[in-house]
Amino acid sequence: MMSRSAGNRKTFSFTGEGKDIPSIGKKREKGKIVASLEEAFRLAEVRDGMTISFHHHLRDGDLVVNMALDVLAGMGIRDLVLAPSALFPVHESLLRHVRSGVIRSIEGSVNGPVGRAASEGLFSSPVILRSHGGRVRAMQAGELRVDVAVLAAPAADAMGNLSGISGPSACGSLGYAFSDAQYADRVIAVTDNLVHYPAVPFSIPQTLVDWVVPVESIGVPEKIVSGTLRVTRDPLRLIIAEQVAKVVEESGLFTGGFSMQAGAGGISLAASACIRERMKAAGIRGSFISGGITGQSVEMLEEGLFESLLDVQSFDLEAVASLASNRGHAEMSASFYANTASKGCVVDMLDVAVLGATQVDTDFNVNVNTESDGVLLHGIGGHMDTAAGAAVTVVVTPLFRGRMPMIVDRVLTVTTPGETVDVVVTERGVAVNPRRKDLLENLRGKGIPLMEIGDLKKMAEEFTGIPKTPSFGEKIIGIVEYRDGTVIDTIRQRI
Amino acid sequence: MQDQRIGVAGSLESCDVLVMVILSAESRGMTLEIDSPSLASFGEEMKNTVMEIMETLGIPHAVIKVQDRGALDCTLRARTEAAAKRALAVPAGEKVSE
Repeated sequence: MMSRSAGNRKTFSFTGEGKDIPSIGKKREKGKIVASLEEAFRLAEVRDGMTISFHHHLRDGDLVVNMALDVLAGMGIRDLVLAPSALFPVHESLLRHVRSGVIRSIEGSVNGPVGRAASEGLFSSPVILRSHGGRVRAMQAGELRVDVAVLAAPAADAMGNLSGISGPSACGSLGYAFSDAQYADRVIAVTDNLVHYPAVPFSIPQTLVDWVVPVESIGVPEKIVSGTLRVTRDPLRLIIAEQVAKVVEESGLFTGGFSMQAGAGGISLAASACIRERMKAAGIRGSFISGGITGQSVEMLEEGLFESLLDVQSFDLEAVASLASNRGHAEMSASFYANTASKGCVVDMLDVAVLGATQVDTDFNVNVNTESDGVLLHGIGGHMDTAAGAAVTVVVTPLFRGRMPMIVDRVLTVTTPGETVDVVVTERGVAVNPRRKDLLENLRGKGIPLMEIGDLKKMAEEFTGIPKTPSFGEKIIGIVEYRDGTVIDTIRQRI
Repeated sequence: MQDQRIGVAGSLESCDVLVMVILSAESRGMTLEIDSPSLASFGEEMKNTVMEIMETLGIPHAVIKVQDRGALDCTLRARTEAAAKRALAVPAGEKVSE
């Protein structure tokens, strides 16, 4: 390459197309396809100590994370940092790679057995727990640096355009994978459904993908998406759902253009059903539903109750089908959804968020990470993001589960700070955060059983008694990062 | 084991508890086995409840098996009392469940 100066600019003389900047996907017939994951890891120059990321849209049906780690272990790679958006019970088999030193630590949500193993002290360094928005923010800020992203792709073409809406392992939205594709140094797509170029409509574009690896299967379909999620018949949960709908109706926000997020949990789903009836009765047409999308959200879109669905994760077959066919049903990235360091995220536009809890305390702090026995079993999801953004955040919980009270003096782990939680709804009473005097005024005299949160706590304890506090060791096994990157709490080893 | 009298009450549904009380001339003192998800948080309370009911009913010797599925104290009380009374109601040599 010859360089010379032209004025203040340093310039280079033309030497022939493709000579100085060879294009990675230049060969038309083959594109970026490599024969095996091992070859892709070799091309990506994976070394000891690197950070490898994954997305969790295949949920408990995922085969890619285990597959990738088996290959890496076979290559003799050690000391890896795993940065999945979330791990599920199917990933329990990773624990042997932790014990053998292939995996050093995890930065990501750990649902089930991997969390339990962390609580028992398996990892030498703490699990870093981030929300959906917080994970992208950390990548954007360079705090979570991903060397290689391995993206499960239900459909891919030879150039690496990726989609989640078709193929045997269709999962719908690929919302959590966008940040990995964007910020990782190297991106490997793994697919069991290689389609003709171009894979339109695609979610992740070829401009971000280095290699495409075809494999036999990336997932177990019946574990990726459920059939139709049924609304619960549990009378206690239905009472809570009905109270949520009343709170929403009287919140002052229940007018044209209303927006909401309610997950796929039993109470949330039932609450959506109640809100749906009230919207029909009042003739209200809302603007959007965001977050995890279910068949019920799709029906509300098709009934004209909402104008659009903003989908970061499609929970059931109806949601997957709708994403492929409904114009008002849009896929969104985790950054678009919840990243506080983006130039605008959806949670800030939400009127109402209905969220779950494993514990709530008298300061309205919410725990979603640890169970009453102190064991780390759940990720944060979008909990702290939506709570911070929504105009009214409603947390739903039965007063007790089994014999464990759910309203306590102090949650074992603060996931979502009380200052962002506005209402706690139980089957026996509704507590409004004293910071929200405006909301309290709206809800008073409307037949809602309003109580002080302290009285709810006492009522719970009258049923259950006061449980002995679980015993913890000194070792910190989990760090709960708030969505802005600060540490909101730590989780200690159970002993 | 001829004069073993057994009373059972409750179920293994969630939030319920299955209590079995075994009275026998051979048993001395109280043998209490508790299997419960609440053991770490409420083990002492559960033991005290069962013992209190046995004392109230004047049962000094028994083998009691508690299989708990997260029952509240009021449920444990009711199931224990019913199981004990069923055991007491059995003529020696017979076995009665619900």
